[in-house]
Amino acid sequence: MKRAFNYVPSRPTAIMLACLPFILAVIIYLIGSEMRLAENPKDKLMPSFSSFGEAMNALAFTENRRTGEYVFWQDTYVSLERLLTGLGISVALCLLIGLPVGFLPYLRRMWEPFIAAFSLIPPLAVLPILFIMFGLGETSKIVLIVFGVAPFLTRDVALSVAQIPREQIIKAQTLGASTLQIMTQIILPQVLPRLFDSLRLSLGAAWLFLIAAEAIASEGGLGYRIFLVRRYLSMDVILPYVLWITLLAFLMDYALAAMSRWACRWKHLEMKPA
Amino acid sequence: MTEITVDNVFKSYAMTPVLERVSVTLPDHEFCTILGPSGAGKSTMLRILLSMETPTSGQVLIDGVPIDDEPQPDRGVVFQRYSVFPHMTALKNVMIGPELKAGNWFTRPLGAKRRQLRNRAASLLEEVGLGHAIDKFPSQLSGGMQQRLAIAQAMIMEPKVLLLDEPFGALDPATKRSMHGLILDLWERNKMTIVMVTHDIQEAFTLGTRILMIDKVRDDPHAPAAYGSTITHDLKLDPNRRPPLAVVTEDTMDASEDDPHSMRAIFARWTENAGDAVLEKGGAALKAHAD
Ligand SMILES: Nc1ncnc2c1ncn2[C@@H]1O[C@H](COP(=O)(O)OP(=O)(O)OP(=O)(O)O)[C@@H](O)[C@H]1O
Ligand SMILES: [Mg+2]
Repeated sequence: MKRAFNYVPSRPTAIMLACLPFILAVIIYLIGSEMRLAENPKDKLMPSFSSFGEAMNALAFTENRRTGEYVFWQDTYVSLERLLTGLGISVALCLLIGLPVGFLPYLRRMWEPFIAAFSLIPPLAVLPILFIMFGLGETSKIVLIVFGVAPFLTRDVALSVAQIPREQIIKAQTLGASTLQIMTQIILPQVLPRLFDSLRLSLGAAWLFLIAAEAIASEGGLGYRIFLVRRYLSMDVILPYVLWITLLAFLMDYALAAMSRWACRWKHLEMKPA
Repeated sequence: MTEITVDNVFKSYAMTPVLERVSVTLPDHEFCTILGPSGAGKSTMLRILLSMETPTSGQVLIDGVPIDDEPQPDRGVVFQRYSVFPHMTALKNVMIGPELKAGNWFTRPLGAKRRQLRNRAASLLEEVGLGHAIDKFPSQLSGGMQQRLAIAQAMIMEPKVLLLDEPFGALDPATKRSMHGLILDLWERNKMTIVMVTHDIQEAFTLGTRILMIDKVRDDPHAPAAYGSTITHDLKLDPNRRPPLAVVTEDTMDASEDDPHSMRAIFARWTENAGDAVLEKGGAALKAHAD
């Protein structure tokens, strides 16, 4: 009898094990749904898989009679556009602000406490202000995402700049590097892997702010749809949408991890001496 | 010609003196090794030579001109750790110096110039024995290989002065010996001045043409932080007659860095062994003895 933690599954077993909880969840849902529908065929809380199919067919593969759009894909498109714009602006801001603030002592003394305080403002609490300032259109939703994500990323970038050994900065100076060269060629590449990680961790927050903003004021988007059909207890729409959002978030996370491996190959090497 | 003059340098951190009355002149093409117990201020001295720290008073001059108050390409450095850039391949690590010097923040040499630089970097890597590893990242290299890479990276800038802080401290004896051969070779061919901090007395005597011992002369047992260190021993060795590279004595094996008394005793024995290779003796300890 070995110690429990010394039993390590082989690769096929590992994959099977990873699938098991998902299959289990589906089975439990099916049984629950079956039981409720047997009791009351009009039950809306746990619709059968066939009603998911019908609802999704209507939203994703049938032209909307009024607008001529495919609602599901249109929702996905506007939500992703908002999310990616927000994240893109956040990344640009965190590099433009975080690198100089983390690197230049004068800027650090001046801005670090302010950024720290700023990042503690609960973004949802200022959402009304954003609606007042930017109206109910796209801008306020994107600004909310930026508000929620950029300060965290900026602080993180500034902190990881500070973690680069001082020896490297001195070394770069003995090689004749200027401030800008050190920032672009020595610091930025070393901050990137950490930025990818932080960005992956912020995806959850970004989706949260997106859906919150869409729920409150919007004409479309995944979050808007969920909150719209809630009035009719349309679980047959809500559940597939939730699964879809989860899948999108997962794919984005996966894509960021792959980008990090591609862009920062040096960080992902196995540590084995040549 | 490169003559380094350290002129009456004092350095204290907060109220604690670390170095006091440090004065020394290193003529052109000196290989100066700095010894001393742990915490004596050897690294501090090196950081002052590098302009990584400014002395509290006194100054450092090269050829009569005070050194710049920022690190500059005229003084190259190899630290004990973190000397190479982890995100660049070995080749890029060596090319980066001339690239930085030639370009602004986005341009770099292109075309023929770049090919020329590439070839120079590759042949330098070949010289330090890394010809087979030019596409490896530092994390894929062993400690000794990383130090050789750091030396190549500093050498390509052809600095007048090369500063080394315990560059071979973490290496096994065999690797260390091959590094000694390498550094002596580079020193002789490039005619630069080397200042090297080490804990290893044997290393100091077999490499150096000049050996400085940094230690406290005045020591108040009740207030160990009351005084700073200065140069207690200053030996000039004849480079042609200094002990051969391979000598290993029992002494060095049990030299304990943390015990200044054993260090002094071993230093005295090595001085004796060096015999008539010693051209000149100086330092505060000698003066104190004469008084
Ligand atoms: N930045 C600093 N602030 C305050 N004290 C410092 C600083 N750097 C060094 N010291 C102090 O100065 C003294 C000398 O330090 P230094 O690093 O020069 O010693 P060293 O001779 O290189 O020792 P070692 O052989 O252990 O490397 C030590 O007592 C250390 O505590
Ligand atoms: Mg030291």
